[in-house]
Amino acid sequence: MDGFPPRPTPEQAAEMARRQRGRNLALILVLGALAVLFFAITIAKLSQMG
Amino acid sequence: MDADLVLTGGEQSPLSVSGAEWLDWFKLLKPRVVSLVVFTGWIGLYLAPGHLNPVLAFTAILCIAVAAGAAGAINMWYERDIDALMHRTRNRPIPAGRIEPGAALAFGLALAVGSVIMMWLATNLCAATILALSIAFYVFVYTIWLKRRTPQNIVIGGAAGAFPPLIGWAAVTGSVDVLPLLLFAVVFFWTPPHFWALSLYACRDYTRAGVPMLPVVAGATETRRQIFGYTLVLGVFSVLPWALGYTGALYGISACLLSLGFIVCAWFVLRDGQAEDGTSLTGDRPARLTFRYSLAYLAAIFLAIAADHLVH
Repeated sequence: MDGFPPRPTPEQAAEMARRQRGRNLALILVLGALAVLFFAITIAKLSQMG
Repeated sequence: MDADLVLTGGEQSPLSVSGAEWLDWFKLLKPRVVSLVVFTGWIGLYLAPGHLNPVLAFTAILCIAVAAGAAGAINMWYERDIDALMHRTRNRPIPAGRIEPGAALAFGLALAVGSVIMMWLATNLCAATILALSIAFYVFVYTIWLKRRTPQNIVIGGAAGAFPPLIGWAAVTGSVDVLPLLLFAVVFFWTPPHFWALSLYACRDYTRAGVPMLPVVAGATETRRQIFGYTLVLGVFSVLPWALGYTGALYGISACLLSLGFIVCAWFVLRDGQAEDGTSLTGDRPARLTFRYSLAYLAAIFLAIAADHLVH
């Protein structure tokens, strides 16, 4: 069907891309922090056992 | 296409974009509520006898924060209809259309499950169980069962916000004791006067949304009486840790003075100039003051008990 789904204007596409980048960056930071935290928890637990 | 990018358009309406910023997902976690929960949870952890590795202590506090945020996200998912009707909440991410309800629910559920599992792995089963209980209580008992049915919603539902000191304590000891239970009681009895003070001047919003807050159902006069009554009970419970010998005089004197201040505020609410139906003639100035004081009160009470613990 013509005109559906509606196509974003260049400004809207740029805004969507900016928001997407922001969310991706936040997700990367959270996942990275989580990986570091899991590693730290493992070390802490191991040191408790020792 | 990304699930939370909404494109609408056609011949009649211009194309518009509304996608969520990362900040919208963060707002879904009710960060202001989380900050209070983190604070009281940390105090519970700090007061507990024994030692917890700093990494594990940090993880325990993080889990309390994430669990509270998860419960907040699920709450926002369930209450999206009434949030859209209230001035105070209509710009939240879901009613404003920036986040899809289903995505918010999935986000909340994932964080809730993740935080409980992580608490269990990092600390112990007791802390994880109380954490799960607090989420379930907030979602099922307060949000789904009580909030739209009874003016006692805040009284019973207030227990959900009172769990963090217990969880913090349990993270260290693996059990529950009298002192954290007293702190639970302090937050529990603090909640009604805190929220009823707010609801006195946000009454119209609650009426529009059909939420049976006490001023909507029983009127402003009865709400003022209840605020005063609960503040008296709160005063008793806040002094109990000292009276029962769990803290020193620093906390005892602080609790007495702070509670006296709260009782004075509640007295002004009770004696506020009122119309026949109990509506304030002063723009609810005493209620606004009491709401602000209650926030400072809780922070000060918990700081006082931490300071007392430090000097002993």
